[in-house]
Amino acid sequence: MPKKPMKLDTSIHAEANRQMTICNACRYCEGLCAVFPAMTRRRTFSDGDLEYLANLCHSCGACYYACQYVPPHEFAVNVPQIFAQLRSESYYRSAWPRTFAPLFQRNGLIIALAATVAIALFIGGFVAMHDPDALFAVHTGPGAFYRLMPHETMVALFGGVFLFAVVAIVISVRTFWRTSGGGTIGLSDLLIAGQATATLRYLDGQRGGCMNEDEQPTDRRRFYHHCTFYGFLLCFASTSLATVLHNLLGWHAPYAWYNPVVLLGVLGGSGLLIGPAGLLRAKQRRDPQVVSSDTRGMEVAFLAMLLLTSASGLLLLVLRATPAMGILLALHLGIVFALFLTFPYGKFVHGFYRYAALIRFARESKLPVAGTAD
Amino acid sequence: MTDSDIFNQPYDILIAGGGNAALCAAITAARAGASVLVVEAAPKAMRGGNSRHTRNMRVAHDAGNDILTGPYPVDEYWDDLLRVTGGQTDEQLARLTLDRSKELWDWHQQQGVRFQPSLSGTLSLGRTNAFFLGGGKALLNALYLTAAALGVQVIYEAKVTDLNITEGVFHSAQVQKEGEVFPITAASFVAAAGGFEANIEWLSEYWGEAAQNFLIRGTPYNRGEVLRLLLNKQVQAIGDPKQCHAVAIDGRAPKFDGGIVTRLDCVPFGIVVNKHAERFYDEGEDFWPKRYAIWGRLVAMQPEQVAYAIIDARSVDLFMPSVYPPEQANTIEELAKKFTLDPQRLRTTVEAFNAACRPGTFDHTVHDECHTEGATPPKSHWARPIITPPFYGYPLRPGITFTYLGVKIDAEARIIMHDNKPSPNMFAAGEIMAGNVLGKGYLAGIGMTIGSIFGRIAGQGAAQAKHRPE
Repeated sequence: MPKKPMKLDTSIHAEANRQMTICNACRYCEGLCAVFPAMTRRRTFSDGDLEYLANLCHSCGACYYACQYVPPHEFAVNVPQIFAQLRSESYYRSAWPRTFAPLFQRNGLIIALAATVAIALFIGGFVAMHDPDALFAVHTGPGAFYRLMPHETMVALFGGVFLFAVVAIVISVRTFWRTSGGGTIGLSDLLIAGQATATLRYLDGQRGGCMNEDEQPTDRRRFYHHCTFYGFLLCFASTSLATVLHNLLGWHAPYAWYNPVVLLGVLGGSGLLIGPAGLLRAKQRRDPQVVSSDTRGMEVAFLAMLLLTSASGLLLLVLRATPAMGILLALHLGIVFALFLTFPYGKFVHGFYRYAALIRFARESKLPVAGTAD
Repeated sequence: MTDSDIFNQPYDILIAGGGNAALCAAITAARAGASVLVVEAAPKAMRGGNSRHTRNMRVAHDAGNDILTGPYPVDEYWDDLLRVTGGQTDEQLARLTLDRSKELWDWHQQQGVRFQPSLSGTLSLGRTNAFFLGGGKALLNALYLTAAALGVQVIYEAKVTDLNITEGVFHSAQVQKEGEVFPITAASFVAAAGGFEANIEWLSEYWGEAAQNFLIRGTPYNRGEVLRLLLNKQVQAIGDPKQCHAVAIDGRAPKFDGGIVTRLDCVPFGIVVNKHAERFYDEGEDFWPKRYAIWGRLVAMQPEQVAYAIIDARSVDLFMPSVYPPEQANTIEELAKKFTLDPQRLRTTVEAFNAACRPGTFDHTVHDECHTEGATPPKSHWARPIITPPFYGYPLRPGITFTYLGVKIDAEARIIMHDNKPSPNMFAAGEIMAGNVLGKGYLAGIGMTIGSIFGRIAGQGAAQAKHRPE
């Protein structure tokens, strides 16, 4: 596979600028989502404006199927596709530390490598810490997991990698906010943007759903995205609750099936099975015209990792009292570790960039529209 | 199913054309139990005629609703129509169109079409016109999906090349697809294939050489071939063949299919000169849409069908963003050179205009008192001296939207023959018959209304006609 240039690809910005100029003279799409009303608040588009608009785009495809200027028309407008390219460009431009920015371009490969290495290290670590037999022994009761890896080690490893991901993402999104021309944020902007994020308001094409394989709107992508997003949050809540139980109450994992930690985990894990699987299927069936082939690896890798996280976690739950527990624990922890490590350099960041763009949209919604002389 | 499989089936109704009117007819006929074949000249990606470029539909309503502020009573609609047509309308058909336009909002929604709340005020039509969510192509997508679900067959890149008509009765048609000709027999025929504005040779019959310089705003597939066939087969014509709806658009627009983005709305903010750098009409006469609709014809009558709108830095942000950037210069002479105008003459024209501007409060939202005194032609409103650099200019060309010549029909959308009798099984809908209602002028969104109303009537009539003994 040819390597892509590791610098700012201004031709993407120039092409997005050309297309937005056409859209701004047309405006037929202004009712479809937030991108087009945001566009109408300006007459010209800086690189930062374009990256803001690109991250406001939910890639629902409605504008592509509604547009009278899509290819073969000579104006060749294809907003979902150019914005998909521009989004990944904006992640790349804002990545922290800068050295890691190129990871975006090979994210699929990096994730696969990271996961493999992490899993191998966990298995190897377990073996190194104990005799190989302990890996395949049956461990039950509170603290069973920690017989393979001490709790402190787990906290240090996962707390460390989690903290790194948080810091890297916060710095990146702040860079994006500033370079794209953000500004001061009000509480109401955060709330309005939060609501739009939580409900995927702009993926519903004004209550008709989004377009996936053709001009027939469906609501499937939104449903699977909700499963994924809320599944992830529930799993996160489960882990957080377990941390509280462990440290404050001294209750050690594994927990009984009726413990809220397990219930949240099972519910979230189910969402993380259904959601990513559905999104992968939708992606497979997607009209190739509306997507960017450049970002496909990153998207598929992220979904696959989420799917593997939930599958290995649920399998661990079912088989935790069997000799398979040791290997499954290593597998699960390895996948989660790799997932966390690669968070700042893959598709995961899209949520934060989109939320930032929605905040700016809420903030700008008070501004006048350009060119309404009549 | 292959093309020849589709062609080899029997159909109750053959519909020529694939725009809003054709689909309204197809859906209505299919719902009435008829089998329908739609023959569309364009490929799928470009289907839908000029409906692809439309955005809204003018509908009467007694009270506001989700998308329209209201009310817009039929009487007011009628007054609006009389004003733009100067009375050149078939009152019976026009009244029918306006009365029944009230049904369209519900009917289109039942076919899956969605409307959007009136938004930014790009056009001040929030009271009178229902806006399609996503525009005309989104409307077409919804209609095509519904038609397909009802079993309507659609064949693209296919043209009706001949019609077998005897004594006003349709028997069969020849349809050409990829060089092959297929005979299609159907119990009735609906002509919904648009006008002839994309047929420059035909336009030249009335406009001479000037037609070569026209830009066609809409689909390149409206070549009037079905209209020509009908007019050659004892069908009565209606409408002035010389009339076409022309607006002044950006002279750099594509020859065909430029659509809405080629609109230029800068005329009232400056002056417009011809290739001799001379003004020729009152740029401040009126607001959009009246001003918009007259300038195409004005430019068409200038030498080489070209004109240039000149504004200064104070005005450049006051109108809708344009698709092509304006030419820009720090002096009038420099700007003139960019358009190959005589710099001295443009300077003289601008200075004469500037000297004639009377001081006043500029307000582009009303008919303000900024006007000229002593200038020929005068500028009635929004006249401000062009003095603040940089100066900007846009080239203008006539952009043809549609033609008025069509086929005469009755209130059942039946085509009227030379003997004044309606055909029992030939119907027309859309631009091909819009001249019955719209003898001249234009009312934003009424084209879609006429197409929808007569499409539905034609579909109903064609479905019933198949049961009539012949």
